[in-house]
Amino acid sequence: MGYFLFRRTISFVLTLLAVSVVVFAVMNILPGDPALSILGLDATEDALAALREELGLNEPVLSRYLAWIAGAVQGDFGISQSFRVPVSELIAERLPLTVSLAISGMVVTVILAVALGVAAAANHGRAGDWGVMFLSQLGIAVPAFWLSILLVLLFAVKLRWLPPGGFPGWSEPAAAVRSLILPTVALALVQSAVLARVTRSSALEVMRLDYIRTARAMGFSRRRVLWRHVLPNALIPIVTIVGLQFAALVTGTIVIENVFYLPGLGRLIFQSIANRDLPTVQALVMLFAAIVVTANFIVDLLYLAIDPRLKTRS
Amino acid sequence: MSSKLVRSSVAIAALALCAALSPTGSRAGTTIVIGLQQEPTSLDPTADATASIDGMLTQNLFESLTTVNEAGEVLPQLAESWTVSEDGLTYTFDLVDGATFHDGTGFDAEDVKFSFDRAMAEDSVNPSKGLFKPIESVTVVDAGTVEIKLKQKDAFFLFNMAQGDVSIVAPESVEANNANPVGTGPFKYDSWTRGDKLVLVKNPDHRDAGSVALERVEFKFISDAAAASAALLAGEIDAFPGFPAPELLPQFEADPRFKVVTGSTEGEVILAMNNSKAPFNDIRVRQAVSHAIDRGEIIDGAMYGQAVPIGSFYPPHGPAYVDLTGTYPHDTAKAKALFEEAGVAGTTMTLRVPPFPYATRSAEIIQAQLAEAGIDAKVENVEWGFWIDEIYKKLNYDMTIIAHTSPNDMGNFARGPKYFYGYDDAGYTDLWNRISAEADDAARNALLAEAQKYLADQAVHGFLFQLPQLGVYKTGVEGFWDSRAVLFQPLAGVSVN
Repeated sequence: MGYFLFRRTISFVLTLLAVSVVVFAVMNILPGDPALSILGLDATEDALAALREELGLNEPVLSRYLAWIAGAVQGDFGISQSFRVPVSELIAERLPLTVSLAISGMVVTVILAVALGVAAAANHGRAGDWGVMFLSQLGIAVPAFWLSILLVLLFAVKLRWLPPGGFPGWSEPAAAVRSLILPTVALALVQSAVLARVTRSSALEVMRLDYIRTARAMGFSRRRVLWRHVLPNALIPIVTIVGLQFAALVTGTIVIENVFYLPGLGRLIFQSIANRDLPTVQALVMLFAAIVVTANFIVDLLYLAIDPRLKTRS
Repeated sequence: MSSKLVRSSVAIAALALCAALSPTGSRAGTTIVIGLQQEPTSLDPTADATASIDGMLTQNLFESLTTVNEAGEVLPQLAESWTVSEDGLTYTFDLVDGATFHDGTGFDAEDVKFSFDRAMAEDSVNPSKGLFKPIESVTVVDAGTVEIKLKQKDAFFLFNMAQGDVSIVAPESVEANNANPVGTGPFKYDSWTRGDKLVLVKNPDHRDAGSVALERVEFKFISDAAAASAALLAGEIDAFPGFPAPELLPQFEADPRFKVVTGSTEGEVILAMNNSKAPFNDIRVRQAVSHAIDRGEIIDGAMYGQAVPIGSFYPPHGPAYVDLTGTYPHDTAKAKALFEEAGVAGTTMTLRVPPFPYATRSAEIIQAQLAEAGIDAKVENVEWGFWIDEIYKKLNYDMTIIAHTSPNDMGNFARGPKYFYGYDDAGYTDLWNRISAEADDAARNALLAEAQKYLADQAVHGFLFQLPQLGVYKTGVEGFWDSRAVLFQPLAGVSVN
């Protein structure tokens, strides 16, 4: 276990290091000029030169990178070139929203998908099964942004039940929850369509095994067999997909935050790339990478918990 | 049983939803929520060119020496009055009494001098440093009087002094203006939730506070056109003065809850041609392109009919406007003949288009029109950073489509061959210098008309249409300008009934 954790930590650090090099290189190769983005097309040459000097753009790329790394290991991600405030402040402002959205999206996805997937497997070949399969096919086919617009038109414009977008902040909890309902649904419906299918096929596979028939023959109820014996053994592929989906959810918030004009990290990274704001993009991509790597790590730990065979092997 | 579980979880979700519902509270008539597509990253108009900073703060939170009304006429602001010397080179501004900055510090001539010196300094990052170029010196005569000496006569000087780049700031607060702006205007900064909204509140100490109807102004940032439309329909927003999608306007026109206003902006949309390189250094090719384009078709297809065609580089609402759309009328046969004469018929040209709806939509139609005239135009959609670098800085393009949104920007054609037009014409530069130095309105307008004709005859670019100001307002919202001669919109005269 100790060796496992050690190996994981090393690969975590190496992944982030590789990501930082790639982002730095890409942002420097990309055509564009942060100074011109800020000062606009009417800017005079001397004003541009003064701003480039102020932003430290005249330093060689390598020394800029090394300075950045030196700061980053001390937790200092620098000053945003376009916002002119510390990057950590920008991220701290927006992290709560994106995290809330990703977690609520994940929770709804898992609940919806597992319930529907298991229900479909239990009713294999019957109308309920076909219904779930049809709906999930539809869910996979529908793009999230289009679904979002439909949800807004129905629940915000027509019925006026929920706000069409925006986020009032967690200082107003009721309003905050209300404003997250539609984005969560938009995120979760598409993801749960995929997961419901995986749950269904994984459950079906387990249901065909001998020990399930034995359990039924011994008189256990269908319900008990389904939840106590089928689902736990069907979990491995489900957890794998959930891990991948968490990464997709975090990046999916970029689209959703634009449609629902939510002040989250997705909109920030969008704006920062357009402005060629290297320190902000760098920190955000590192953060997303860290989230994805961590999600994979948690999935690995879950495997250990779900499958006792792995524990004895290690 | 598992279907029961599904049913009960749906029921619980529905219950939770209902519990969370609360009726939308009605806002008092003194608050307005204004939708904006573009969110700035800084709030200092003297250090960042983002147009929405001016749209929100110029002449609202910040004030300048002068201001401009809807018609583009110069009016007094922080300067109560002014006199101009006989030679037109010395302006003496008499400053208002009783103006204070929002942080309580007083306003006087020293603040004016500080603001100008800061903008004109060598290390200044003012985005419109060019506006200050004609200024020789700024002198404090006494606490209420400032004298500005010019190096050369400047016809646009008083107009330029009204712009956001020339906002008067205080040395005590200037460093923090990017996130906590302090000015002298009728509204002061309340809060900014980045990515969401900016809130201004009325400044009760302003000298004209009695005539300001609004107590609170909320600017809400919504970049997506469909989301903006939904927010208006759901009643979340009272006004969207720069509505981004002409195709979504009919639903608001048909709805009695809204008022749709189509005005004009200072934005000339052009099919820019790279005059510095072949084949566009040949006037016949530029003329052929001008003949090939059908403005009516472009406006219908790209702007859903909501724009006015232009034949040169001057807004149709301006006092010196001449209609030159007939200089090179749409004539495919003539275009074909000219392309053949110039030896470029059947060749391929690239059209690099920045990511703005007016540009991408126009590009497709222009591509089809050029194809009819025998030219294969390759459309390349490029990202804005790429456009700035490759097209604007390196002139690496054949044709592009772009709107020029600054007022009085015919001087662009006198910026020399390094400017992305690649246009270098001593005759025009001389004409522009005469315009800049002409202080008499009638004489200047005559020269401006001459300049419009000059550019149209030269077919420097394909002149397409004037970018419209599309505004959607809740019925009862009054006081927004239909057209914009400048980037700002004063809110002191806006009311919600």
